[in-house]
Amino acid sequence: MVKRFLYSQKVAPYIFVLPFVLIFLVFWLYPLLNSVEMSFQQTTLGQPAQWIGTDNYAKLLGDTIFLKAVENSALYMVLTLIILIPFPMLFAVFINYKFMWGREFFKSAFFFPALTSVVVAGTIFRLMFGEMDGSLMNSVLKLFGAGPVKFLKEQSTGFVALVSLAAWRWTGVNILYFLAGLKNIPDEYYEAASIDGASSFQKFTRITMPLLKPTTVYVLTISIYGGMAMFVESLMLWNGNNSPKNIGLTIIGYLYRQGIEKNDLGYAATVGIVLLLATMIVNLTQLTFTGLFRKEE
Amino acid sequence: MFAILSVLVILPFYAITIASFKPGQELIRYGLNLKLDFSVMTLHNFVFLFTGDNSYFVWFFNSVTLTVVQVALTLLVSSAVAYGFAAYDFKGKNVLFICVLMIMMVPFEILLLPLYTLTYDLGLMNTYTAIILPGVASAGTIFFFRQYLIGVPKEMIAAGRVDGASEYGIYVRLIVPVMKPAFAAMGILNAMQSWNNLLWPFMVLSDPGKYTLPIGLKTLLTPYGNNYDLLIVGSFFSIFPIFILFLAFQRYFVDGMTAGAVKG
Repeated sequence: MVKRFLYSQKVAPYIFVLPFVLIFLVFWLYPLLNSVEMSFQQTTLGQPAQWIGTDNYAKLLGDTIFLKAVENSALYMVLTLIILIPFPMLFAVFINYKFMWGREFFKSAFFFPALTSVVVAGTIFRLMFGEMDGSLMNSVLKLFGAGPVKFLKEQSTGFVALVSLAAWRWTGVNILYFLAGLKNIPDEYYEAASIDGASSFQKFTRITMPLLKPTTVYVLTISIYGGMAMFVESLMLWNGNNSPKNIGLTIIGYLYRQGIEKNDLGYAATVGIVLLLATMIVNLTQLTFTGLFRKEE
Repeated sequence: MFAILSVLVILPFYAITIASFKPGQELIRYGLNLKLDFSVMTLHNFVFLFTGDNSYFVWFFNSVTLTVVQVALTLLVSSAVAYGFAAYDFKGKNVLFICVLMIMMVPFEILLLPLYTLTYDLGLMNTYTAIILPGVASAGTIFFFRQYLIGVPKEMIAAGRVDGASEYGIYVRLIVPVMKPAFAAMGILNAMQSWNNLLWPFMVLSDPGKYTLPIGLKTLLTPYGNNYDLLIVGSFFSIFPIFILFLAFQRYFVDGMTAGAVKG
């Protein structure tokens, strides 16, 4: 009887999605609501919490170090978007070109960096951008008669290192997403365009770009997420959460500093809620602007 | 142009490879560079990695265990959930699917502290369960599998029912074999994430005997000086397992990624 109930077509779908429901409730919704609650409290681990209303939010708005972290995260997000969307898209178009020599090799070569952990990649880049005369980047500068530069001591050069690291690790992954998108564009479109005498540039702007839009929107969405939530890259590059003048501090870095290092859970939760709202606003604006909500689903 | 770019992409790998043959003082003095100086090169780092007094291979096997269990569970659970979404119409389906999309858009990192206190309250501190459980119903993996399964003809499921298979029998015997390319693609992506994951395991694990590779390597960097000899050769060595996995499944990986394709 029980078995017949569990095996019926009405109940089966619920059994299939049950693990998701449980994990969503326990490890996602509950912590999220908990976070909202904590943001209105003065609370530390193991101590009873005290309600303090919107004090945390008021404090956060006037917190110059937090504003610096927001500035850093936003800058990092914008720079990674500028580099990690147009270039991978172009590279994918070239790699997708059937007569290109060695396309399988390039596909793998660009993807390899994604296989390294942030610990390994961060260590490599920290040493490459080291301040010693002999470090890789300073040797390159020397070739041009410049330098040496203390890369990780200044905001601008520090971000060069940080963004290079992101470009190195993620270009190949984004190429793969765009290649997947390109596979869905029928060859006939290009053949028809050729007959009408369209140039390669016209084919790219009139056929490829519009039809790649769903992929671009997807990559944009996950890149905004990744940019806003960046933390460990900075942690590895500066060997800790404290960079000179906080030039590498990110929003999550600040959350970690307040919550774990200073054990001020309430204030850290407030940082998290503000980041959540910011990410949602940026992404919903982007999705509305790119017209995702106007589509079928 | 691609040749030049590929060289640039490969350069850091070359640099770390030759660095693993150089003594740590070289790195401290000159940083990471491309100089191939045979007079200073030595096997010392490798000898120390394999025979010296260090925990490297404890971390290594911890990482292997954790990655294997985590990937297996994630593929199993996420594929079943995705099948539920793709094959059935049921009450509440849309609301639940919006939950999947929401998880994809909210940075996991903002939940670090409440998850940390929850783990503490559940008595799961210092366990692999705390690392594995929150991720087994991975939203990104569910989303990908669902996209993939939407392309599977409904007639196949109907035919299974006619043949007298149960709802779960259809999933196990008909759907799972069809999903092989998707399993390969998501298997590699999840293995990459699990093998390289740092932040959450770092917060959960406090017993050095349970450390994974990224955490272990990170502990070699301290404010009091860095153990570059072991760090560089250990980093170099840590890339190999995932590298080999990728090369072995590369063909299926790219096929799987493109078959599922992002349809927005």
